[in-house]
Amino acid sequence: MPLVPGVLPFSMVAGIAAVQVGFTPLESVMFSVIGYAGSAQLIAAQLYGAGSPLALIVLSSLVVNLRFAMYSASLLPLFGGVPNRVRWPLAYLMTDQAYALTMGRPDTETDPVPYYAGAAVPMWLTWQTGTAVGALLGARIPPEWPLDFAVPLSFIALLVPVLRTRPQLLAAAVSGAAAVAAHGLPFRLNLILGAACGVAAGLWAQQAERRRTGAQA
Amino acid sequence: MKVWLVIVGVGAVSLLLRASSLVLLRGRTLPPGLLNSLGLVPAAVLSALVVPELLVHGGDFRPLGPRLVAGVAAALIAWKTRNVLWTLLGGLGLLFGFEALGWR
Repeated sequence: MPLVPGVLPFSMVAGIAAVQVGFTPLESVMFSVIGYAGSAQLIAAQLYGAGSPLALIVLSSLVVNLRFAMYSASLLPLFGGVPNRVRWPLAYLMTDQAYALTMGRPDTETDPVPYYAGAAVPMWLTWQTGTAVGALLGARIPPEWPLDFAVPLSFIALLVPVLRTRPQLLAAAVSGAAAVAAHGLPFRLNLILGAACGVAAGLWAQQAERRRTGAQA
Repeated sequence: MKVWLVIVGVGAVSLLLRASSLVLLRGRTLPPGLLNSLGLVPAAVLSALVVPELLVHGGDFRPLGPRLVAGVAAALIAWKTRNVLWTLLGGLGLLFGFEALGWR
């Protein structure tokens, strides 16, 4: 439950952002229920507002959600013996927070599946409540308020904790610089270009680090 | 119509990635090298989203604007508190303040 206060404002921003680019409140809520994709929801709304083509919007959500493939792989050993009809809903409920809590669960919790569900279901309820409230509020906010700034601020709150290693820092620096340099591209293609440059730079730094530590050992 | 294609498309991609190893690949996982590079994706993507918002406004490159100052302050708050609410309130409060003072 300590994660709820962090998720609620973020989900409200997602609801407000969707309404501000032209989603109806019903569409915003359905987007949250079907997509349930945090940052991908915000990015998709921004790209939709910029008039980006559908393929680019879906591609961006793929890039942003790639980390779920990593979570899915590392949760697999914990879910042995769970039938597929249960795995689908468990997969649908996957979030950064539920993943982190489950991986960091205390040793006394021997059965990870109820633990995961106990973390994931309240997260889902909080997210859906927050986006619904945001979608309803969003229609009433005066357009001259610089509330669009809440979206990059939400990303800053997500970005700071993932900058832990030197390759991650380099990936962020290169990606940000490339995205600014390419800001003139249409449909916010600078997002994809910047991210690709950043991951390439981060991979290079990882390899350089491995060579260095390998040489010492 | 496009809204619903976005909703279904983003939803399908999100679910398939979440289910990839757990359901779809059943017993197999992706190669470790690929999983390793996925650890870099959030930092790269989020930075590509944030930095242009702070340095480019209305299509023009504006290195020293109120959004940069408010954004850097918010990053410091995020780093110190690890709290989304304080980060949002701090950044938005500063930007509102700057605009009220006529700096935009």
